[in-house]
Amino acid sequence: MKIAVCVKQVPAKDAPLSIAEAGTWIRETDIGFETNEPDTYALEEALRLKEKHNGEVVAISMGPDRVKQTIKEALAKGADRGIHISDAEFFKLDPLASARSIAAALKPENFDLILTGLQSDDQGFGQTGVLLAELLGRPHATIIMAIEVIASGLKLKRELEAGWFQWVELPLPAVLTIQSGINKPRYATLKGIMAAKKKEIVTVDRKSLGVPDTPTQHIERIYVPQKTKKTEFITGQPKEIAAKLIEKLKHEARVL
Amino acid sequence: MKILLITEQREAKWSNVSFETLAAAQQIVQQTSGTLAAIVIGKGVAPLADDLAGFQLDEVLLAEHDLLEKYTPDSFSLALRQAIEAAKPDLVLLPHTYQVRDFAPKLAASLQKGMIGDCIGYRYENGKLVFVRQMFQGRTAADVVFTGDAPWIASFQAGAFRADLAAKRAGAKAPVNKIAVELKPEQIRTKPLDLFREAKQAVDLTQAPILVSVGRGIKAPENIALAEKLAKLMGGEVSASRPICDEGWLPMDRQIGSSGQTVAPKLYLALGISGAIQHVVGMKASRTIAAINKDANAPIFEVADYGVVGDLFEIVPALIEQLEKSQ
Repeated sequence: MKIAVCVKQVPAKDAPLSIAEAGTWIRETDIGFETNEPDTYALEEALRLKEKHNGEVVAISMGPDRVKQTIKEALAKGADRGIHISDAEFFKLDPLASARSIAAALKPENFDLILTGLQSDDQGFGQTGVLLAELLGRPHATIIMAIEVIASGLKLKRELEAGWFQWVELPLPAVLTIQSGINKPRYATLKGIMAAKKKEIVTVDRKSLGVPDTPTQHIERIYVPQKTKKTEFITGQPKEIAAKLIEKLKHEARVL
Repeated sequence: MKILLITEQREAKWSNVSFETLAAAQQIVQQTSGTLAAIVIGKGVAPLADDLAGFQLDEVLLAEHDLLEKYTPDSFSLALRQAIEAAKPDLVLLPHTYQVRDFAPKLAASLQKGMIGDCIGYRYENGKLVFVRQMFQGRTAADVVFTGDAPWIASFQAGAFRADLAAKRAGAKAPVNKIAVELKPEQIRTKPLDLFREAKQAVDLTQAPILVSVGRGIKAPENIALAEKLAKLMGGEVSASRPICDEGWLPMDRQIGSSGQTVAPKLYLALGISGAIQHVVGMKASRTIAAINKDANAPIFEVADYGVVGDLFEIVPALIEQLEKSQ
């Protein structure tokens, strides 16, 4: 099975975020980046499918040069090769333009299966997988919690809301978005890290893909949200805080 | 502005969030002096269309077909594309459910349009609609506008509007108009099987008066005992954000949020929970929310009544000591 996994690089979870001067994105200098956590589950699922059914796993990421690190991490965990769609101003693209670019890069490879994480921890559009399916003319299923290979294609467990699930079947080639928690992502081994150094990463300039990127939407500004609720902050030494908090919960909120 | 609301039902029962988005649509129609149509899609859903016609809107559209009985992304996108092409709305609104996430981007792309998804609100300024959505897991908000020609497609997050504010229609019901949908079995590539729930939930968190909830900040599975001890002293239960259940540190039935349970206890004490959107939608209706987090900018403080910026491993033992003393 030939599998592509879309991995995005996002600001690290504990990175202090500040708004850049233009007011439409965050300041990218001086913050750490990491692989989007939902995508690590998609990668793990791809690696497991390969181990069971043979084939190839290709990690694809779009963004500035730094996103090669995310591809390298995927290679160290066991992906066979990488594709880097280079665009220093990737963050300016809307979901449709992003997906069109990725679809254009993936199309000539005829993957049997394309996997993405559920959503990204930065923009959080949660659209890429579904859009890739439409643009490449493939069936899809989202929020997947189990994958079984069957004669007609795949049998998939979809998560619905409030504890409900559903099995669906679809033929290959297909696109899936993977729910976090479907598996336990592996760590890269030292051997894997060494092996990754010999693996190929092909860089494609996004503009060379000839994809229309006329935006359908535009971010006017980003900002720290205004609080809707007035939070009373309790300060002091731990013991004082504990005493004050219990007092408030008992006698002010009357919930203890 | 001409608005088309796409409602959601499952097995001929309403998804209540449809009425939240209806409330939003009614408000936008009023501000833009427009018209509002709402579509019900499925099979055997005419009673729902009749129900909807009692609300303040201009028209109910009913799209029924054998191939719409069970949801598939192919059948729903194809049918709704036909409805949009016939109704020619300026704005298409949907509730941001798991089902909408599954088909709406595809529907939009099939019309060569983009979608602004998971909005928490909107503003109507100088004749322009500005949609507000969250980014960076709720740490920032973004004002987003559509560019290019209509139809524009947007979805609202569950809880963004109040379903009980959806206005009823004064006088006679709105007309219900059937729309013909053409679908062929071979156009539908996925085969949906039955819906099911996992083994019976061992604990019903919705009944707990107090929840002590843990997030990533709890750091290691052995630290869960600390939260359990505090919960016991407070007469509550332990719950968690999704990552903790994904790690297997607590069972899945302890999970609060969009993929877990939705709760509204009298006290929700969040320990080391950053407050990602998916978690907050499951607990923001709690009567009192207290949060302990080392990051003063954590979005959990957006919804907290009481906040402590500090190390939970210092504060929780102090809370336990205090409560033990007073017993």
